[in-house]
Order: sequence, then C-alpha cells, then structure tokens
Amino acid sequence: MGMTMSQKILAKHAGLDKVVAGQLIEAKLDVVMANDITGPMALPIFKQMADKVFDTEKVVLVPDHFMPAKDIKSAQNAKDIREFSHKQCLKNYFEIGQMGIEHALLPEKGIVVAGELIIGADSHTCTYGALGAFSTGVGTTDIATGMAVGELWFKVPAAIKFVLSGKPKKFVSGKDVILHIISLIGVDGALYKSMEFVGEGIKNLSMDDRFTIANMAIEAGAKNGIFEVDDQTIDYIQKHSKKSYEVFKADEDAIYEQVIEIDLGAIRPTVAFPHLPGNGKTIDEVEAMEKIEIDQVVIGSCTNGRIEDLRKAAAILKGHQVNPNVRVIVVPATQKIYLQCVMEGLTEIFVNSGCTFNTPSCGPCMGGHMGVLAAGEKCVSTTNRNFVGRMGHVDSMIYLASPEVAAASAIAGYIANPEKVEVI
Amino acid sequence: MGKVYKYGDNVDTDVIIPARYLNSFDAQELASHAMADIDASFASTVEKGDFIVAGKNFGCGSSREHAPLCLKTAGVQCVIAASFARIFYRNSINIGFPILECEVASKDIEANDNISVDYDTGIITNHTKNKTYQAQPFPPFLQKMIELDGLVNYVKAKKRGQ
Ligand code: SF4
Repeated sequence: MGMTMSQKILAKHAGLDKVVAGQLIEAKLDVVMANDITGPMALPIFKQMADKVFDTEKVVLVPDHFMPAKDIKSAQNAKDIREFSHKQCLKNYFEIGQMGIEHALLPEKGIVVAGELIIGADSHTCTYGALGAFSTGVGTTDIATGMAVGELWFKVPAAIKFVLSGKPKKFVSGKDVILHIISLIGVDGALYKSMEFVGEGIKNLSMDDRFTIANMAIEAGAKNGIFEVDDQTIDYIQKHSKKSYEVFKADEDAIYEQVIEIDLGAIRPTVAFPHLPGNGKTIDEVEAMEKIEIDQVVIGSCTNGRIEDLRKAAAILKGHQVNPNVRVIVVPATQKIYLQCVMEGLTEIFVNSGCTFNTPSCGPCMGGHMGVLAAGEKCVSTTNRNFVGRMGHVDSMIYLASPEVAAASAIAGYIANPEKVEVI
Repeated sequence: MGKVYKYGDNVDTDVIIPARYLNSFDAQELASHAMADIDASFASTVEKGDFIVAGKNFGCGSSREHAPLCLKTAGVQCVIAASFARIFYRNSINIGFPILECEVASKDIEANDNISVDYDTGIITNHTKNKTYQAQPFPPFLQKMIELDGLVNYVKAKKRGQ
C-alpha cells in the first residue's frame, strides 16, 4: 500500500521507508517557529531542556500578534524573545520594520520550501502546505522541545484527497474555495487528518489562493493541508529561496479515507456566518436575506493580507467611498506587501476611499488591538475565525469573507455582492 | 470523584481562554479566566478534581497551550469529549493533562453528575447514574508521557538514556 504526500514527508524525516496512518513516529524538523504569544511561554520550558537551540537558522521567531506592542505586558513578552534571539544568535528573528505576519513572512523570506517538515507554535502554520511542505501547528511545549532537540513526536495522519477541477469565476478566490469546503465537510470534517489538494484545477489557483486555502485547513480540524507541487510552486520557491527543496507526490495506491471532487467553476462568493467558519452561505443566499448592516470591515491577516488580496480589494474600492457607518481597517501582511501597495498606488486608493492603512500585524484578527469590536457590533473580515468573542466583545459578530466581498460590503454598509459594484 | 461541568460541541480555544488574556502566561492568572466567554462562573466555582464533559471537537481553534494549562491549573482533573481538536489534544498530553475520547460518555453524562476515571483501563464511572463507559486508554508511549507529567520530562529522561 502506498503513502500520501504528507506520509511520505513524515517517513523521510523519521528515517523510515514507510509509515502508515496512526503510527507514532519521531521525526526531524526543518523549521521551528514561534511568535510573541507562544514564544515567551516556551522559553522557560526550553531552558529546562537545553542552553542552545538545535540550529540557529532553523529556529524562527516573529513578533507579530500584539505588535507593535499593544500594552506593557506584550512589550515585555516581545523583549523576552528579542533578547533570547540575540543571545542565541538566531538568523531568523524579525523586528518591527522587518517583520510581517508569520505565515505570510516565512514563504516570502524563503524560509520554508517544498518537502520540509515544519512546526510552528501557531495553528495557522498549516499555511506552508501551499508550497508542498508538511507543516503543522503545535503548542508551546512542542515548540520548546523542537527548539531544543530539533525533533518531535507525531502521529501519522490519515488523509482526505480533494480533487480540484475547473476554473474559479471572476470574484471567486481561494477564500471562497476554502469556505465552501469547510461548509461542506464541517469544522471537524478533517479532524486529525491531512487535506491533500490535487487535480488539474490547481493550475487555476495562484500561489496566494493556495496559501489562503492551506491556511484554513485547521478550520476543518485538519493536521495539515498540502498542495501538490507544480510549475507555479517551483517558480515561487526559486524566486524567494535559495534552499534546496524536494517534491513528494502521493503514490498511485495511497490510501485516502475520502476523495472529494470540487469543481472550482461552480463555487460562488461565500460568507461564513457567526460563530463558525463552517457556517458558509453563498452570496446569493445572503442577497436573498434581509440586509446585514455592518460596523467594521477588516482586510488583512495571514489568510488574506497578501498583495493579490489587496489588489482585489483596491480594484473594488477605487473611485468609491466607504459607507459612513463603517470603519475599514486594511492591514498588509508584511513590510514587502506594504511597500508594494505604496508603489502600485493601492495605498492611495484605500486612503482616498476612507480606509485606514496600517503597519503589518495580526492586529484585529484575534481581538488584540487596532480594531477590537464593541458589544453588538458586526464585522465583515477576511480573517479565518469567527468564534464567539474572537475580535472583541462576546456579543459581537464576525462574518468571514474574501477581500472582494469585504470591499463591496465596505462601500454598501451591509454584506454585499462584489459583482454588483460599479467598476470606476 | 469529581463533579461535571457540561458543554456542547466545538468549544473553541477563544472561549476557553480569550485572546485578551494572552499577554500573560502565568498559569494562576490564566486559570482565573478559564472558560470566561462560555461560562463566566466556571473559574470561581470549579474545584480540584472536577471534570469537563463536552461534545465533539473540544479545543478547536488556536494552538494556545494556555487553554489546557488554564484548565489544568484551575483544578480540572480530566476533559472527556466525543472528540478533540488535535492541537489541544497534543498540548494536553505534552503538559501531562489527561483527556479522554468517549462518545457515549459525552452524550450520557450530565452537568453536576459525580464521576471518576480509571486512567489505566479507560473506564469512566458515573456514580450519580450508576453507569460505566469505556474510553480508549492512551497508548503506552503517551501513558508514559502523562506519567512523567509531560513531554519535557520525557525528553529529559530520553536524553539521560532512560
Ligand atoms: S493573522 Fe490572525 S490567524 Fe493569522 S497568525 Fe495572526 S492572529 Fe493568527
């Protein structure tokens, strides 16, 4: 019996010819990442096991969640990992001014490539699966162990295969695809499993689309999401990284618990209603309902704060004004994307239409700062979680959507269909 | 024996320990906010040895280890659920906090029932209802980790060659 893509990467890193679903293994790690929330908590645990990190290039620390520091405690946490990084001579520590949201930053900086085994103390570490890596979120003790010894225990996951075909229509992007899939299989539909994306439809998804899709694999409960590597992936890796990479394809006779076919051409713009990412409704269903008036729009995050996302949002906002009842918060995910927005004139479009334009940060995504919601407020957000209280008060409501739906809603003042916005 | 706090499906890490408290990783402080956004009275009423019983996908959402840590520190002996989100599952084991999957128990046990668990056999006893349920006990590798109170000691023991 053959292995899935994920199983092959795990087998390779465990030094085994073969692994099967359910098997417990210990495997070597290529990248170990933590942030300003999980990093400081890991340090005292790390110190119980080692004085030095196992590899100064492979341990990556990114202060992005409550950064620039939102309060004194956050500042202290950031200071802890900054000092640790300097003392340990870490090659990949990113200070404000260099940094970005970790899951946009690591691929952009070429730190993660195909075929690697990556752990991050952040659940959306699954994002790097877009590059054909096995990448998964873990907790603090795991990350401290990874930093100390460069290896970790894993239970080999079973997998679901998603065979993508067709081409997404205009105004449909990676976000709609993944919201559609999570609604289809449920928020525990891929629990403990790998979500493996293959099929001829992949070529019609840009790398930014794939990052968005892999990013939200965790929202279906998955251990990892992974895309088959194609020319676009290799092109991306070669443009961003000097690291060597390895391409793993699933065996013909790999065992999948389920095979799900997705016609990308049939997917409509999709909005996930409060309070689960699996509560997806198509924009047509939304339009058939009473208007949902909103107070805030957030365009950014590790899910949708990349350049293509911001280009799409700007294309809709151009020449329009944000509805006077709505606050719009745009957050490019990295410094490079920030600069691209400036150079391409997107910043001008955002500011002219009445949006704020902010320094890279997780910011409002987890209710940290830069846009926390009050009781009863409604927000359309391009982020990945709409749990109770995620962005602020327990009685606030989050609607997850694509940058295009978010931009259209910003203009309308209610959740709106981007197809109906006049292009100016 | 301990009393049961009962919750539904998809109890996520944002309600177990809301992000606004994550600027601290002091276990006691985190424990004082445990379950804040789903059950405001939990932290002030929970007693050492109590249980949480919930539906499926308990602990979904973020990778914050603050979630199992705040429950463990608050005195929760064990969480029993129909299923767990995987990072929560790992994190719990890594800090030596027992969690058990048992669909029948998850359905049958009610709030305020008195229950106990035999961790070697995976048998859950409901003293209020006079019933038992069989959960999957941990594989030996994980039992050892929980016995050693988590991954750190496991790694240390391994380094010492034990
Ligand atoms: S942007 Fe949001 S989901 Fe992404 S890493 Fe930051 S807090 Fe987590």
